[in-house]
Amino acid sequence: MTQTKKVYITEVALRDGSHALAHQYTVEQVRQVAQALDEAGIPYIEVSHGDGLAGSSLQYGFSKTDEMRLIEAAVEVCKQAKIAVLLLPGIGTMEELKEAAGLGAKMARIATHVTEADISAQHIGLAKDLGLEVVGFLMMAHMVPPEKLVEQAKLMESYGADTVYVVDSAGALLPHEVRERIKALRENLSINIGFHGHNNLSLAMANTLAAIEEGATRVDGSVRCLGAGAGNTQTEVLVAVLDRLNIETGVDLYKMMDLAEELVAPLLPQPQEITRDSLVMGYAGVYSSFLLHAKRAAQRFGIDARDILVELGKRKVVGGQEDMIVDVAAELAAKKAELAAEK
Amino acid sequence: MGKVKVGIIGSGNIGTDLLKKLMRSPHLEPSVMIGIDPNSDGLRMAREAGLVTFDNGIQGFVEQAELADILFDATSAKAHLHHAKVLADMGKKVLDLTPAAVGPFVVPNVNLHEHLDKGNINMITCGGQATIPIVHAVNQVSPVHYAEIVATIASRSAGPGTRANIDEFTQTTARGLEMIGGAQKGKAIIILNPAEPPILMRNTIYCLVDKEKLDQDKITQSVMNMVKQVQAYVPGYRLRTEPLFDDNKVTVMIEVEGAGDYLPPYAGNLDIMTSAAVKVAEEWAQHQVKV
Repeated sequence: MTQTKKVYITEVALRDGSHALAHQYTVEQVRQVAQALDEAGIPYIEVSHGDGLAGSSLQYGFSKTDEMRLIEAAVEVCKQAKIAVLLLPGIGTMEELKEAAGLGAKMARIATHVTEADISAQHIGLAKDLGLEVVGFLMMAHMVPPEKLVEQAKLMESYGADTVYVVDSAGALLPHEVRERIKALRENLSINIGFHGHNNLSLAMANTLAAIEEGATRVDGSVRCLGAGAGNTQTEVLVAVLDRLNIETGVDLYKMMDLAEELVAPLLPQPQEITRDSLVMGYAGVYSSFLLHAKRAAQRFGIDARDILVELGKRKVVGGQEDMIVDVAAELAAKKAELAAEK
Repeated sequence: MGKVKVGIIGSGNIGTDLLKKLMRSPHLEPSVMIGIDPNSDGLRMAREAGLVTFDNGIQGFVEQAELADILFDATSAKAHLHHAKVLADMGKKVLDLTPAAVGPFVVPNVNLHEHLDKGNINMITCGGQATIPIVHAVNQVSPVHYAEIVATIASRSAGPGTRANIDEFTQTTARGLEMIGGAQKGKAIIILNPAEPPILMRNTIYCLVDKEKLDQDKITQSVMNMVKQVQAYVPGYRLRTEPLFDDNKVTVMIEVEGAGDYLPPYAGNLDIMTSAAVKVAEEWAQHQVKV
């Protein structure tokens, strides 16, 4: 246990955190947070709409500020940190990726549902051609067994990805399930392995540690858990824990604590708690970004958000299918009205 | 009145589904299928049905041009560029189901009447065929400033062509929402869902209109009428619920169940492409007969 490992943290509050803020980041907020993260020594900072480049839409919520202006601002203030962007093929296109690279983004994270890696070949290829470091991001990793995950990760490796992430988008994985998955990738891939957690079952930290123990060297965190659902692994806490474990991150703990307390906490519309709705997402295996959309639909149709989320889990809805929330809510409300009429 | 003879280029899933549909058509007679794989299911079925088949690409057809007057191209964008030129020189009418977009984008019932005289017509995308009619229906009542569509299809119904170039779907569909749907700005999103059993194709269409010009009853009526018109050639095209209205936003949710000819019923996304193409060819055939 005395051997020093190095783990690279990607801070996602300026991307995943955008969900919790209903995509309302301003240039000034991004500038301040990115600058402080850079000074604290965070190596990668992700900046994009919560659903990735070109995610600004009626389906996911319009951005208050054009994400390209946010990326530009973050690039401008960072001295050592590299700016990462997220792209979900099917939502964003190679055009936005080129634009972001032109503005100075240095890492592209290309995300697909865990069974659909083959739609990322072009985007991974382009990102490599643009000279970017490339991460393949396999979302909703809890939905398939490790063998399937390996098959899909190997596709991304073959397209040129430098790293493949196991992404627990629903915050549904248990620590032993994270272990199995990271171990399987470690044994079958020769590139870096990463882990992105959500805290819906209060397991983001435990899962991140399990991933590191099995050989993940890239992990995601969000300051103050500022991410979708109950948020991600809390970055400043992760830095402290990894320091105690003698794992090197290169991040200054006190600076992280200060920016979390002074800059990020005031941005939160509400504390990132594990509410009953986010808990049910982890429990039912539902994409964390659905949280605010399900709450709104529940209010509109006069039903319980948990019923919507559980039903979505049953139907095996995948990331990006926010339109199914209203569809299912309308259906449940109609059923409820029918039952009431019968009585 | 005799049937118009038609040919199919491409003996894969789409070409074979076209064959089955064309064999039922009262106006069209499939007479030739052109492929490159003699062992493909499509060429085998075509031979059994008595069609002339070629397994060496379009060259064989060039030498027997009298076999068909209308050609369906279900190959690839790259191959279509070549086919389009050869067929244009031969004076053939062409329905392009690839993303090549050599000819104008057409959605039957929306803008076919503007392009009946064209020699080459492009069928846009599956998402475009499923959603543009709705945007057009809303736009006829209240001008649409912004139309956004989300098409969710079963993973198993997304072929290698779509997967290898998924940007083509989002970009082409968005252009269709603007050019044919009438929206000032269009945006398209596609999602692949691997659930088993496979899900039916689902489309959500969002339109932003002027609040003062938003007439809920008229929009609902217009959308219902359009759904009926599309059902005439895609019987499994259905509204999930009545249109929803919030502030200046209209939301319409559609599912598409395929006819299950060669492709399975969940692949409504592919069925709506082949059905729309057959519909255009039938209009051409009737039009030619009248002329």
